[in-house]
Amino acid sequence: MTVARFWRENSSRYNLVGVKCGNCGKVFFPPRTICPECRRLSIGKMEPYKLRGEGEVFTFSIVHDAPSQLELQKPYIMAIIEMTEGVRITAQIIDCDPAEVHIGMKVRATMRKIREEGASGIIHYGYKFIPVTK
Amino acid sequence: MRDVAIIGIGDTKFGELWGMSLRDLGITAGLAAINDANLSGDEIDALYVGNMSAGKYVDQEHIGALIADYSGMSKNYIPATRIEAAGASGGLAFRQGYMSVASGATDIVVVGGAEKMTDVGDVISTEIQAMAADQQWETFFGATFPALHAMIARRHMHDYNTTRDQIAQVAVKNHKHGSLNPKAQFQKEIKLETVLKAAPVADPLKMFDCAPVSDGAAAVVLCDMDKAKKYTDTPIKVLASGQASDTLALAHRKNICEFKATSVAACRAFKQAKLTPNDIQLAEVHDNFTISEILAIEDLGFFPKGEGGKATENGETELGSKLAINTSGGLKARGDPMGATGIAQIVELVTQLRGEAGKRQVTNAKVGLAQNVGGTGATSVVHILERVN
Repeated sequence: MTVARFWRENSSRYNLVGVKCGNCGKVFFPPRTICPECRRLSIGKMEPYKLRGEGEVFTFSIVHDAPSQLELQKPYIMAIIEMTEGVRITAQIIDCDPAEVHIGMKVRATMRKIREEGASGIIHYGYKFIPVTK
Repeated sequence: MRDVAIIGIGDTKFGELWGMSLRDLGITAGLAAINDANLSGDEIDALYVGNMSAGKYVDQEHIGALIADYSGMSKNYIPATRIEAAGASGGLAFRQGYMSVASGATDIVVVGGAEKMTDVGDVISTEIQAMAADQQWETFFGATFPALHAMIARRHMHDYNTTRDQIAQVAVKNHKHGSLNPKAQFQKEIKLETVLKAAPVADPLKMFDCAPVSDGAAAVVLCDMDKAKKYTDTPIKVLASGQASDTLALAHRKNICEFKATSVAACRAFKQAKLTPNDIQLAEVHDNFTISEILAIEDLGFFPKGEGGKATENGETELGSKLAINTSGGLKARGDPMGATGIAQIVELVTQLRGEAGKRQVTNAKVGLAQNVGGTGATSVVHILERVN
């Protein structure tokens, strides 16, 4: 794949930039061109909106059979995180014992390497989540 | 809309069919269906083919023309169209064929589904399946297709106290049904412990919670009901066809324990058929994972939300009960060659409704339902079939 394919997603993948509907105020991640609630009323009114990066685990799985590019990371925790803004994000949880993860666990976003395309290909970075320690 | 009948069916065995290519599979099933319908071939007005990802699996696109050509139809120049909706490709192809005949645009249509999955390795094959999910925002970050379903299972267990044993029972039941189906990929019964002690894939799901990687094809012939008697004594009527879509990514749905696309598609189909879930005697549902069958039997209205696991554990979905689910063995035991699956479900229902299902025959089968899902419920298609004589 070309670099452009991934580069164009960088603001969302690096900085958790979604959008906020200028009509109803609902937040979306990843960005959408149109709000599914307001539809045409939202055209041209979807503004970039950076998430705070805090949320809690809505559900999770421990992945044992991994795709080839993530082979060295297994077993890893995959989760759907409910962010404080109300949107949900599918991402890995790291720096956490798989036995410790649970529904409702507080997490926050951090930037990590996601995958790499072979020995000389693109190295992809993006968000993963870590437990919030009190 | 005209009434539409199924007048012919054909399929291949499902499994690791090393000797057969994609086109071999498609043609074998297609010719069997045409033969079953007593057609010469000249009567066929159009061909629809369900196929998810031949481009990825065997480096071949343009599947409509390919199958028409190798079926010997190139001299008739028939319209041949490939339909794709991930795992629901077959069911959607069937719906296109149905609407084509119902509209009066065509009289006789062949609908096939085929997938050749074993020409790539296991890991690659699983990665291709995951393309049914949101590649940019789910799989890129490491969510495998089993992991997405495992997250549904985890939440279902959390919200409804569904147990790991109840989920595992789906696999036990479907392997039992598969043992009665000579076309099934797995024809061996398994024990509950086999499922529970299998290698973990995506916790809480294990190896035996997942449908296998399969090669296979299936085909049916659809005909205007008024002309159907000319070809068969046992036309099976397509009572209803419902389809719905939902968000591509699982995370974007409020409730991940319900496939809203299934409940809406089912609602539309029941309305068209003027029936309720109580009228259904047998159903082929999309059990690509054990948890998927639990969701399906709830979303189709057979059991209240949250009680699918309990119903399965109590044997209420087994052959011999009031409602037999996945008599073919389902995707779990019959096999799951993506594009072929939705058509294979129809083939099973027709076999049952004709009374030709042998050891797995549902007594006095009159009305059956098929539910075919794409991705993690982003597409769902529901068909209801009825024996008319």
